[in-house]
Amino acid sequence: MRSLLGPLAAFGLLGAALAFPLVFTLPYPRDVMIRIFLYAMLATAWNVLAGYCGQISLGHAVFFGTGAYSSTVLLRQDWLGVWASPWIGMALGALLAALLSQVIGFPVFRLRGHYFAIATIAVGEIVQTVVINWDAVGGARGLFVPIKRPDSLANFQFHESKQTYYYIALALLVLAVGISRWIVRSRTGYYFRAIREDQDAAAALGIPVARYKQRAMAISAALTAMGGTFYAQYVFFIDPESVLPLSLSILVCLVAVLGGVGTLWGPILGAAILVPLGEVTRVQLGGTGKALDLVIYGLLIMVVSVVQPGGIMALLQRGSRRS
Amino acid sequence: MTPLLDIEGVTKRFGGLVANREISFQVGPGELVGVIGPNGAGKSTLFDLLTGFQAPDAGHIRLDGASIAGLRPDEISRRGVGRTFQKLKPFGGMTVLENVMVGAFQKTADPRQARAEAERALTSVGLADRAHAHARVLSTGQRKRLEMARALATRPRLLLLDEITGGVDQRSIPGLVELVRQLHAGGTALIVIEHNMRVIMGISQRVVALHLGEVIAVGSPTAVTSDARVIEAYLGRAYAG
Amino acid sequence: MVQYPSMTAEVLLQGILSGLLMGLVYALIAAGLSLIFGLMEIVNFAHGEFLMVAMFTSYWAWALWRLDPLLSLPLTVCLLFALGAATYWGLIRWILDAPMLAQIFATFGLAVFLRSTAQALWGVDFLVVKNPLVEGRVSVAGLFLGLPQLVASVGSLAAFAGLHWFISRTETGLALQATAQDRQAASLMGIDTQRMFALGWGIGAGCVGVAGALLSMFFYIFPEVGVTFSLLAYVAVAPGGFGNVPGTLVAGVVVGLVEVLGGLLIAPALKYAVVFAIYLVVVLWRPQGLFGRF
Repeated sequence: MRSLLGPLAAFGLLGAALAFPLVFTLPYPRDVMIRIFLYAMLATAWNVLAGYCGQISLGHAVFFGTGAYSSTVLLRQDWLGVWASPWIGMALGALLAALLSQVIGFPVFRLRGHYFAIATIAVGEIVQTVVINWDAVGGARGLFVPIKRPDSLANFQFHESKQTYYYIALALLVLAVGISRWIVRSRTGYYFRAIREDQDAAAALGIPVARYKQRAMAISAALTAMGGTFYAQYVFFIDPESVLPLSLSILVCLVAVLGGVGTLWGPILGAAILVPLGEVTRVQLGGTGKALDLVIYGLLIMVVSVVQPGGIMALLQRGSRRS
Repeated sequence: MTPLLDIEGVTKRFGGLVANREISFQVGPGELVGVIGPNGAGKSTLFDLLTGFQAPDAGHIRLDGASIAGLRPDEISRRGVGRTFQKLKPFGGMTVLENVMVGAFQKTADPRQARAEAERALTSVGLADRAHAHARVLSTGQRKRLEMARALATRPRLLLLDEITGGVDQRSIPGLVELVRQLHAGGTALIVIEHNMRVIMGISQRVVALHLGEVIAVGSPTAVTSDARVIEAYLGRAYAG
Repeated sequence: MVQYPSMTAEVLLQGILSGLLMGLVYALIAAGLSLIFGLMEIVNFAHGEFLMVAMFTSYWAWALWRLDPLLSLPLTVCLLFALGAATYWGLIRWILDAPMLAQIFATFGLAVFLRSTAQALWGVDFLVVKNPLVEGRVSVAGLFLGLPQLVASVGSLAAFAGLHWFISRTETGLALQATAQDRQAASLMGIDTQRMFALGWGIGAGCVGVAGALLSMFFYIFPEVGVTFSLLAYVAVAPGGFGNVPGTLVAGVVVGLVEVLGGLLIAPALKYAVVFAIYLVVVLWRPQGLFGRF
């Protein structure tokens, strides 16, 4: 499936992205772009499991939260001294998320289709409930990320300007897309897609289906967790409501579905549309904007699923095939 | 000489229904065995048992002397058993070439090698010109060839073909039969489930006849098709003479 | 883990009783879900939101016209029936043969849409119907039964029985069953499958309408109320097997009991987590349900 934008356009876009903060120096546009990169990255990670491997997870916030909480809890352990680093926290979060995904996957992958999706919602609710009641990690009150001066890459904190955050977010997105692209072209990618198309036929060709599903889940979970750590270091406060809710899982799905599930560019397109859209509704409609953008999301999800489940990428490809 | 596949006393029950009862026969290396029987005789269940989609309740299934009963389908496939499905299962969202590459990847992790192997398999089944079409647009006959190519790419020693002529137009049947003959000539052992008697007679070295879950006759094609019990099973007692 | 200070037999029995009563309501909700899935193998991810709409309908009928939920129940049921049929006609009809992703997201999107529209219209506050017709408690053998809860569970059981009678004894109900078993065969026999599907959605939503009207007598009403009920409904349908409507009676009651006992024996805040955890254990053990067809 040839991507519509060739490698040349991809590099062009990357160049534009790199130059963006040099042109737009105010914090607000940079913040919007950072959130576009973050959601695109989360959707790309979700895509590995759901788009390529066909396992629709509706509880992916679990991994985001794992990343956010792992790095934040680690950071708050002053007795660890220099080992209490957010980067180590990011690695730890990714590892824990991958492990958690294996534990979750073991029972849940025995289910197919709708049952799997429901089980992932149930897991998400269980984890959120547990964390809300777990005082050691802040419970419902949440955790503040300790402020460490000076601003530095080592501290992964920047209070003066968003510029470095921007480049880190971009780097994470490029990493996620790069891993995605590498997978798609490899044997693993072919096996993922075969599992998505027909599990039984895949098994009859020698594919250990359960093992590959777990692999997809682990990769997806680890990448999502890295996004969680970034979020914690960007916003300086996390709680179950912000990093574990069902609405976050929904949003991540929607970004990928709108843009094009199972494609490389879909998640990026989806984020590029939904994040600014959310901004517009929030700015125009103030307080009620919060519920209103979800109303629009709900409508969008319905429209996309009926009209073009393949998302915008599918629309673009249909258009190009006609011309 | 050890048989390639040794089935002994295999029984499978679904609740009160006995789908396979005490099935026993052997397949030698490179042999082509046809399996016939009216609908409901238990042929597809047998294939499911041989390929790991079901586990037998009793009996032995041995491949090269080693038991494979109860193994997962992917484990059995990696031991050299390939199969096609009666209800075809193409990877619809992937191209024909990609479909076969999935099979080829069993023997190599390198995409380039897998592609080359897939192209070879496609050529051998006559689908090379459709390599970049999406699998879901293929006709039934083409899908059958695709499944064969996909299974072939895993280089099986034993290939199980489930209904090669079902749903295929008359003109395409000789081509498919010829394909099966070529596979056989290449040294692959084959078990073929088939309803079309002419096809079975034309390609099988031996035939196994099933009825109501049991083996009622094993032998050369002529012997089996003139066996009274077989005739009775298909056509009723009046014809058994 | 927090435990109630005095776990007496009385507290336990009280819990079992209230779990039983709520379980009957869960069963009715789950029956609607099971019916829809049995017909066309589509899970209605907006089922809880249908319940929420029903509860808000009861609330507004009370707030605007002083109609007690029991009196406005027929109105609520009709409205929900219409909502269900309209959902089929406007949304589901187009995705009957679509890939599963599209099917999941269609009703999922509807759920998000309904929930956030309610929130945008009426805010996040918890609303409650005051001074309902039925209130207070009644004492039976030393145990207390809340009257609204009792009425709700009896009402749910009655509705459940009515549903079962309809499906198994009326001609339309049998046509529904036929469509569920084999869509093509049913249409060959002259059954209008589109009408059956719309009817199925209408009835499924209608069940939820009854449950919602009954619940609104004593339960808090707010936009997010559907989420937990949705999940509990799935949990109640799965062990019986999707499509097995009578099985949801047993499963619903079990869910109600597990919820209460989980809250009593482990921790009240974790009671739903316990229900979901047990659900996962059950599906691990028997993915096709304990007695289901699927």
